[in-house]
Amino acid sequence: MTFLKINNLSVNYEMRRETVYAAKKVNINVEKGEILGLVGESGSGKSTVGNAIINLIDEPGKVSGGSIILDGTDIYENPENILKLRGKKIGLIFQDPQTSLNPILTIGEQLIETIQTHLKLTTEEAKNKAVSLLKEVGIKDAETRFNNYPHQFSGGMRQRVVISLALCCEPELLIADEPTTALDVSIQSQILDLIKRLTKERNLAVILITHDMGVISETTSRVAVMKNGDLVEIGPTKEILTKPKEIYTKALVSSVPPTNKKINRFKIIEKENKAKGETNIKILNRWTKKEIIDQDLVKIKNLSKTFDDNFFTESTKNSVMAVDDVSFNIKEGESFGLVGESGSGKSTIAKMIVNLYSPSAGDIDFDNVCITKIKGNKEMMKFRKQIQMIFQDPYSSLNGRLKVKDIVAEPIKLHNPSISTKDIDSYIYDLLESVELTQQSAERYPHEFSGGQRQRISIARALATQPRLLVCDEPTSALDVSIQAQILNLLKDLQEQLNLTILFISHDLPVVRQMCDRIAVLKNGKLCEISKTEELFKNPSHDYTKELLKLMPKIESIYN
Amino acid sequence: MVMLVVAFVSFSLFNFVGDPINNMVGEETSDEERAELRETLGLTDPIYIQFSRFVVNASKGNFGISYQLKRPVSELISERLPATIELVLVSALIALVSGTLLGVYTGINRKGFLSDIILAISLLGVSLPTFVIGILFIYLFAVILGVLPSFGRGEVVSLGYWTTGFLTLSGLKAIILPSVTLSLFQMTYIIRLVRAEMMEILQTDYIKFARARGISEKSIHYKHALKNGLIPVITIAGINIGTLIAFSIITETVFQWPGMGFLFIQAVQFVDIPIMSAYLVFIAFVFVMINFIVDILYYFIDPRIRVKAEAVSG
Amino acid sequence: MDNKNLTLFNRIKDSDIYFSFIKSPTAILSTLILIIIFFCSFFVELVTPYNPFDPSSLSLMEAFTPPSWTEEGLSKFILGTDGQGRDMLATILYGSRISLIVGFSAVIFALVLGVGLGLSAGYFGGKYEMIVMRLTDVQLTVPSILMALLVDGIARGIISRELHDEMAIYVLIFAIGISEWPQFARVSRAATLVEKNKDYVSASTIIGVSNIIIMFKHILPNIMRPVLVIGTIGLALAIIAEATLSFLGVGVPPTTPSLGTLIRLGNDFLFSGEWWITFFPAIFLVILAFSINLLGDWMRDTLNPKLN
Repeated sequence: MTFLKINNLSVNYEMRRETVYAAKKVNINVEKGEILGLVGESGSGKSTVGNAIINLIDEPGKVSGGSIILDGTDIYENPENILKLRGKKIGLIFQDPQTSLNPILTIGEQLIETIQTHLKLTTEEAKNKAVSLLKEVGIKDAETRFNNYPHQFSGGMRQRVVISLALCCEPELLIADEPTTALDVSIQSQILDLIKRLTKERNLAVILITHDMGVISETTSRVAVMKNGDLVEIGPTKEILTKPKEIYTKALVSSVPPTNKKINRFKIIEKENKAKGETNIKILNRWTKKEIIDQDLVKIKNLSKTFDDNFFTESTKNSVMAVDDVSFNIKEGESFGLVGESGSGKSTIAKMIVNLYSPSAGDIDFDNVCITKIKGNKEMMKFRKQIQMIFQDPYSSLNGRLKVKDIVAEPIKLHNPSISTKDIDSYIYDLLESVELTQQSAERYPHEFSGGQRQRISIARALATQPRLLVCDEPTSALDVSIQAQILNLLKDLQEQLNLTILFISHDLPVVRQMCDRIAVLKNGKLCEISKTEELFKNPSHDYTKELLKLMPKIESIYN
Repeated sequence: MVMLVVAFVSFSLFNFVGDPINNMVGEETSDEERAELRETLGLTDPIYIQFSRFVVNASKGNFGISYQLKRPVSELISERLPATIELVLVSALIALVSGTLLGVYTGINRKGFLSDIILAISLLGVSLPTFVIGILFIYLFAVILGVLPSFGRGEVVSLGYWTTGFLTLSGLKAIILPSVTLSLFQMTYIIRLVRAEMMEILQTDYIKFARARGISEKSIHYKHALKNGLIPVITIAGINIGTLIAFSIITETVFQWPGMGFLFIQAVQFVDIPIMSAYLVFIAFVFVMINFIVDILYYFIDPRIRVKAEAVSG
Repeated sequence: MDNKNLTLFNRIKDSDIYFSFIKSPTAILSTLILIIIFFCSFFVELVTPYNPFDPSSLSLMEAFTPPSWTEEGLSKFILGTDGQGRDMLATILYGSRISLIVGFSAVIFALVLGVGLGLSAGYFGGKYEMIVMRLTDVQLTVPSILMALLVDGIARGIISRELHDEMAIYVLIFAIGISEWPQFARVSRAATLVEKNKDYVSASTIIGVSNIIIMFKHILPNIMRPVLVIGTIGLALAIIAEATLSFLGVGVPPTTPSLGTLIRLGNDFLFSGEWWITFFPAIFLVILAFSINLLGDWMRDTLNPKLN
């Protein structure tokens, strides 16, 4: 008999204007001892299915049809059923360990309460069980850590605590909803290993919900692909990733940046803006193109940045060294990658280059002028024009109160005060078409666009000043893979046609490999190594780089 | 810090608003006499000496003599203090206890009929000026029903420096209307705050995670959510007591309650600066004390602050 | 193409705010009541033939007439008359006009001051922010009604008695406005801190937009939602504060009575049975404040996506 059987599950969200069908007649079976991957882009309904199993769908969502049968019990037959199963038979892990623990109870109190809810144990027995669980998930000094509060644990350790809470009453089904998305690569691999080990040791049935194809290929034995609430394809992971049957799965797999080679362009099968064929960089006609000279456009010399946590007392005790004596040069016309985990100082360097922060020590030269020492506003404007930036979060990088037209017009007007109104309009249209948006977009507001389209608007705004250097701070990490592939292609096209120099910042090694000529690796504010991209991936010299490359989830691992 | 600022403000009040001499003496006083009085009061000294003298005197409880009543301010205040404190304490108790209980109830039962009623009434409570409630109460309970007294403290018992109305039946009866009147506005405010807080917490991930672990709804509401929800209530309780003291001015006027607020409002009407500045310093003192107590309570209730404090000290 | 024809009206009609407005009977009802009250108060000459401030209209013969539906009532005085024979309805409407003028002026004063300081404090940060926020902290520890009383008391000390009656209304606006600005400053600072860290502000800085333009063109429109909520609730508070101060006898003088003054004057007759002189202004005040609060409450729920 199948352990978990999801039969024709449908979930609807009754919204104001329409009903959103988050899951449409989904059929999935899961057996004990296997990890089933549930993959899809945002809005595909993968989390909805996970929440439906444990009957915790957010308002106003409702299960409108189908059944879920766990080990012979129909979960929706009787609302009482699930109350007995939650925690006892089904464990759930959320994405963000920062918010899934109650901040004012010790982890021991939370563990004991959960254990005693389901098992008839005395407090002493429950405590012993909790401590051995903490040990099992890899928490050292479990006896003392038992009395700590959640905020005393690091992100990875918290996720271990969360897992121990999910497993403390020996559930047979574990649902993990993006369990490693909020974590760094090195911690991600540890958590995934833990889940794999526990699956084997305890003979669990696991549903791993993720958007990351690398994680899927390394962890799961079978995979289900979802799109807009539909189950597109389900089957053994190897088969789905290597020989996808459906067009959507093919598109999804081909959008994933390969980790083992560099490709010229991503193959786009389904495009966001359907009408367009070839990219038409109209802005080229207006562009005062600089020929690429063989020189270092940006020189970063012994750059440091210290943040004072407590700047009223000016004590050095709490100060954080975000960037520590970093030097590198960026050649004109190249794509330079800056790679590191969270807290490595990569974004801080970007913000110093665009002059949002001023360095604590060291200099930045742009075109052989030291821009960190410029005082006059007028002098600064010359460089503002030449250095532009694209941000990570497409939702916060556009002012929602302004029309797209006004957003793009602002830099144009500022740097060409004499431009006529008519000329501005055609300038805006050229820019929008260069980033593959229609002219009509100009009259709309940012909230009417998707994340990928917003990122295009952001690029159009950055191009409006005709910059020489484009700083891209994780420009695609908030986007789905298929959109990411399109944006990356666009950036490549623009760079080639407009002779741009790009500083590309990312935590995502495969993406950096596709985008960059040279790469610098950062860790805790210090530079580890700089080398040509292919060399870095084939012969990393620094230990940290080797570690990162080893741990990065590889979609190709399925071939081995 | 706050105390010094307030002390300075009240000192400035004392010195620069109008001419204190003019306020103290009659029209017929000659210029020489005025100058002499100025000298004896030290008003010709440099400002900083005057200010330090004011601070020293104030810390001893000496705020000079009331212009209007011609009695030492400290004496007037200590006479009126017990009445106000008793009124405020009873009101604070009513407001906090019932406000928190109703707030938790409406926060948990978001869509219940009773919740809607409580919320509607609480909104009405915010819209009812305290003096209007007072007048309505007086009209209803004193004029029409005649069951409760409409003014004064009733009989009081003297305990050394303190006079209390808690020990006599008439004293207890007298405090009902003013304290309920005073607490109503604050109570509705607390209801709304606690409700919003509970609703927000019940939507957090850790509550959802607790549900997913099968923790009972009862424990989720009263152990996980309530404890987190009560943290801001502590701050509010602190501010609440201060606000109650301020609003006691109105209640005391309406019910002719012989407290400090009543004294203060008379002082404002007659520009009796010494009483005004003394009252101000008193209020500031109460606030600083309350803030101090709130900080200590936080330390015990919120582990995040406790650990931070230990890390700094250790 | 139809997006080009999207007028402002269509945008409003299409917005979520409009949608939740027409779905909320309380919001519609309170808006309706407020429109009626505002209209009657500001165009009171059109609504009632009586002018309580015209000495010739005073008639002691008709003093203490109870409301028209009671036995001794007269049909020409719907809500009865006061101790000087003035029509209660007209007196209330004239009074509410003064209450509304004071309330609106005080809120606008507090809003401009508070948002200006809060926005700049949040944006520039540093020592300046610290000073502004300390100032609001200190002032917030003094309850608003007390603050207003103090300002009023000081003003009485500075301004001579003859001038005071004339100046009373401005003193009152200032006193209430000053007592409410820290709320606006805190809310706008908090919202500015959130907005300031959003990338669109960084983007503008990188483009080279000046601080002043970033503050007023980019940040200000984005922080207006919470400010409007506070402003609406603040209006109710200001009207109540005005009434309270006038009731305590430190507000507007009896020659130009506001709602609070009317209640105070009527309060003396409560024990002698002329309840309507104090009851109607009080009820009117409560309806006014309640409607504004209902609207403010609805706005808070609608404009705050967190609690949806």
